Amino acid sequence: MRGGRTPLPHWVDIGLIPLANVVLAFLVAGFIVLAIGENPLVAVRVLIAGALGDSEGIGYTLYYATNFIFTGLAVAVAFHAGLFNIGGEGQAYIGGLGIGLVLLAGDRYLPFSVLLPLTLLAGAGFGAGWALVPAYLQAYRGSHIVITTIMFNFLAAALMVYLMVNVLIAPGSMSPQSREFGPAAHLPFIHDVLAPIGINLTATPLNLSVVLAIVLCVFVWLLLWHTPFGFELRTAGHSEAAAIYAGVRPRRIIIISICLSGAIAGFVGLNEIMGVQHRLLLNFAAGYGFTGIAVALMGRNHPLGIVVASILFGILSQGGTELAFSIPTITRDMIVVIQGLVILFSGALPQLSRPWFEWLFGMLQRQVPAMRGV
Amino acid sequence: MVLTLSATLRVATPLILGAIAGLFSERSGIIDISLEGKMLASAFAAATVAALTDSAWVALGVGILIAGAFSLVHGYACVTQKGNQVVSGIALNILASGLTIVLGNAWFHRGGQTPNLSAKARFMALDLPGAVSLRDVPVVGPLYGEFISGHNLIVYAALLAVPLTQWVVNNTRFGLRLRAVGENPQAVDTAGISVAWLRYRAVLLGGLLTGTAGTYIAIAQNAGFSRDMTAGQGYIALAALIFGKWRPYPVLGACLMFGLLDAIAIRLQGVRVAGIGEVPVQFIQASPYLLTVILLAGFIGKAVAPKAAGVPYVKER
Amino acid sequence: MAEPDNRNKMPEGVGTPPPAIELRHIDKRFGAVHANRDVSLSVTRGSITGIVGENGAGKSTLMSILYGVYEADRGEILIDGKPVNIASSSDAIALGIGMVHQHFVLVDTFTVLENIMLGSEGGALLRRGAAAARYEVDRLEHEYGLGVDLDAVIADLPVGALQRVEILKALYRRARILILDEPTGVLTPQETDQLFRILSALRSRAVTIILITHKLREIMAATDAVYVMRAGAIVANLRTADTEPAELAELMVGRKVRLTLDKAAGNFGGPALVAEGLTLRDEHGVLRIDNASFHVRTGEIVAIAGVSGNGQSELLEVLAGIRPPTGGRFTASGREVTAETPCNPAEMRSIGVAHIPEDRHRLGLVTAFAANESAILGYQRDSVFSHYLLLIKQILMSHCAMLMERFDVRPRAPMLRSANFSGGNQQKLIIARELAREPKVLLIGQPTRGVDIGSIEFIHRQLIQRREAGCAILLVSVELDEVMALADRILVMCGGRIVGDLLADQADERKLGLLMANAQGREVSGAPGVGEAS
Repeated sequence: MRGGRTPLPHWVDIGLIPLANVVLAFLVAGFIVLAIGENPLVAVRVLIAGALGDSEGIGYTLYYATNFIFTGLAVAVAFHAGLFNIGGEGQAYIGGLGIGLVLLAGDRYLPFSVLLPLTLLAGAGFGAGWALVPAYLQAYRGSHIVITTIMFNFLAAALMVYLMVNVLIAPGSMSPQSREFGPAAHLPFIHDVLAPIGINLTATPLNLSVVLAIVLCVFVWLLLWHTPFGFELRTAGHSEAAAIYAGVRPRRIIIISICLSGAIAGFVGLNEIMGVQHRLLLNFAAGYGFTGIAVALMGRNHPLGIVVASILFGILSQGGTELAFSIPTITRDMIVVIQGLVILFSGALPQLSRPWFEWLFGMLQRQVPAMRGV
Repeated sequence: MVLTLSATLRVATPLILGAIAGLFSERSGIIDISLEGKMLASAFAAATVAALTDSAWVALGVGILIAGAFSLVHGYACVTQKGNQVVSGIALNILASGLTIVLGNAWFHRGGQTPNLSAKARFMALDLPGAVSLRDVPVVGPLYGEFISGHNLIVYAALLAVPLTQWVVNNTRFGLRLRAVGENPQAVDTAGISVAWLRYRAVLLGGLLTGTAGTYIAIAQNAGFSRDMTAGQGYIALAALIFGKWRPYPVLGACLMFGLLDAIAIRLQGVRVAGIGEVPVQFIQASPYLLTVILLAGFIGKAVAPKAAGVPYVKER
Repeated sequence: MAEPDNRNKMPEGVGTPPPAIELRHIDKRFGAVHANRDVSLSVTRGSITGIVGENGAGKSTLMSILYGVYEADRGEILIDGKPVNIASSSDAIALGIGMVHQHFVLVDTFTVLENIMLGSEGGALLRRGAAAARYEVDRLEHEYGLGVDLDAVIADLPVGALQRVEILKALYRRARILILDEPTGVLTPQETDQLFRILSALRSRAVTIILITHKLREIMAATDAVYVMRAGAIVANLRTADTEPAELAELMVGRKVRLTLDKAAGNFGGPALVAEGLTLRDEHGVLRIDNASFHVRTGEIVAIAGVSGNGQSELLEVLAGIRPPTGGRFTASGREVTAETPCNPAEMRSIGVAHIPEDRHRLGLVTAFAANESAILGYQRDSVFSHYLLLIKQILMSHCAMLMERFDVRPRAPMLRSANFSGGNQQKLIIARELAREPKVLLIGQPTRGVDIGSIEFIHRQLIQRREAGCAILLVSVELDEVMALADRILVMCGGRIVGDLLADQADERKLGLLMANAQGREVSGAPGVGEAS
């Protein structure tokens, strides 16, 4: 092999290659749609229209996106510390449990203004707590955090089934759900909040937790890039040797970052339990944890990218529902397929398109000498 | 009692096949979280082909092919592209979960289920020689007739796979190189052996085994495919692999133990255990995962993974 | 670069067999790094030839090319006079080349026999091949005195035994050419002697040996001929009998333009850094720092000279708080540190001890960070950089800009990624970061490695300024010129011990070279050395 490879400009790395990964995923998905006898272009049109075509669609899209932002941020924070938290499913689930418990205990006696900070604490606390054991095991025992968090996802599911069926079930109920919370325990819907000031939106599940999601984005951005702690966390993620040189204690950082990650994931419960369902039930966190990984990967672990990626996956979720209505042969599972493909291309094959870009840029630079040094 | 043991074997079969598949992969240094996805995909493929061809063997072949295809993708991402092995596994699981329903729905219009299969298209229970005639003999009869005999072919194949794997891993050239590449790929490379080809072979072997497991679930244990029918067995197989410390016989033991737990979970419902009260069924269902975490924490001995697992091999500069 | 010094090369006459190995004009680049520059050498069959040079001189790259790990960009290789193409390790093995790596490539969970068989199993089923292998390896063991228990597990064996396994691996594959890459780095003195006996036995059976090392004692003790490499090129080719360690040391570290610095007379105060009996054993139990005692006074520059790998790096790490000592103690700025009362880098910084590490890429900065972030590495919790818990970008940028201005870091771009600065400018940034704190004690390792001449001058002047301001400076450097220009006192470290302590104006290169090469002052023999067992 002669010489070196064509170095690619930075913006290609940040923007073009991730975009290429998404495009590849959609191309493959398009083939699958063709294979089952439908027109992918029509499907895309229905999808986009369903997600963004009217205020109802947008509302649903943003509601889904809220959860993705939480789990995406959670994964990203851990990634920056060099760790892989796959336990978002379980942490979101248990965070929701904590919120539900607080609300069940207090919705008759406490006003909303007291309940809200309590649920915030509970969501974060329970989520962090569920992440604590895997974090400790990784830091002090070297147990691989990927395996332990996967196990804890299943433990969370089993625990929740047990609790919902045996302990928290509403008396007289046929399905494993708790009783409905009182009005003080409802997180206001956005359409309810905006109505008094003259903006009338169709009712959707979109609620105030989206505000928390945005706030959390800003918080994570500040924490990681504008605080000494975030500096230390990122240093540890890049080089343990440099972190030790800089006076960081690696074990401490591992535990704090994973617990922080779990705490953020726990807020999915705020959206689902306090914002939409208004009761404790099963499987409210299903799928959000794993999609959070895709969101973090697509968003390059930066809050801004995560917001964009979350909205994209929100579009997929809402559009997918519309798609399932309009074209019966394409069910919601097609969205799952697309999610899987996006994770595959963005996460496992991220550099697949690189050689093509290098060839392209190499050719351009030869044809157009002025492009050298772009 | 005998029925419980018999059920244990049947439940443990896909776990054994999945765990051994994971064993080959991980001992070569490739983490494989996608056991679940491969099982699911091959289950769907086998059920579909069985419905179309009415032949269990052709279905098995296709099931293995499909799992092999998934393994190839995983291998390509991990070995050639040197991508993140965990993410690749997760991606394949999610992909399988969605794709099986999308295709199943499009082809059979039953909400993801495949048509029911006739006995011809399934692997049915086999009676070992003498099982029927011995049935009335006390103790030996039921034991032989219900527990040892009376399983379908794949169950026996899974049980055979364990000593076979033990032999391959410890007594063949391939096994030696496999173990080496999972501990120190550089040692293999400097000996002039291709690290990539070894790892591809390991992953493909895994595909063979998970394909068999998925086929078993769809057309032997059941009579067709239904949504997410693997129900986490791929993850339990992973847990069994770790619990068995990546060695064939301990892995078999772990699979049998987890299978037993599953088989008695239903039976234990409502039964009061002295001092503890009623044991919740969810606790028993969660016990494989709990035990694995306890093992990983180092409380029941040490679980030392193959040293190079999870790290893409790059020639040192 | 001057012509290679071939004055003592062995004469080649008619009728002599072709050299076992001949390399002609081998050239290899890794991106911007020119690892091997037009290297030509020839190795006589049945001899032990040494290749000596500093870290980064290009020795390992050259041998990797010979073993098929890399391919040279240009040049050719001849084995026994015939040109060959070595594209992979299996090609090399087929040509009879065996390599014993610096960091052993053994499978820890395997037995010795399994490791030796790996790759040459003799069939798809192990049993048959194993019996034959056992027979053959036993024979090799007896022939060359390489006793190892074939059924022992690698993880249980001492390091010296591991090396014998590596040698057996190569011999089992019928290697006629054996390359040993820094073989004695982890060996005790007795194990080292044993190794040289084995090499002698091999030589007597016409095995050609290439010994790569930076330890001059070994060259003198074991080799027939030696090549000296520096900065990727061969700078000398000598017969070992005709040279001496001091000469080799000079050739290794090179004669640069002698730097003269304006250095005022010393104004020394009390001791700011005192080490007493400092000892460090690493994870393998090898003694890295052996009973080191020294002191540095305020306003004094003490330099530790010595070929790297003799404990200097570890000493800096211990003094900076990165590793705790295993024995002895040191005191810096009033804080006493022992094995029982360890410190950490954050604490050391807070008491005014600054550390400029040898490995700037791994420790000194975070290559992925922008310059303004690398500029606060270690000081991120300093309140000067924050308002109410938040790091203020403005302050970081202006701080970085100030550092860049004062210490002439180019380009003046606080937003630029640290990886995109040249080596010299990276180093200046790190030095800027540490010196701007006006520390009381400064620990520096290899301050001018990979730095351009102009920047070297600048850095030296900065260090002199700090000295005049009363800082106590401990400097580790392999550049003797730098050491002699900067230091008030010079210590020489060898084998983890302080073997010399001279005033700078009493030192010259010959004296230092002798001290650097003179390890434990023992002859190579079978006699056990004074000191430790493994």
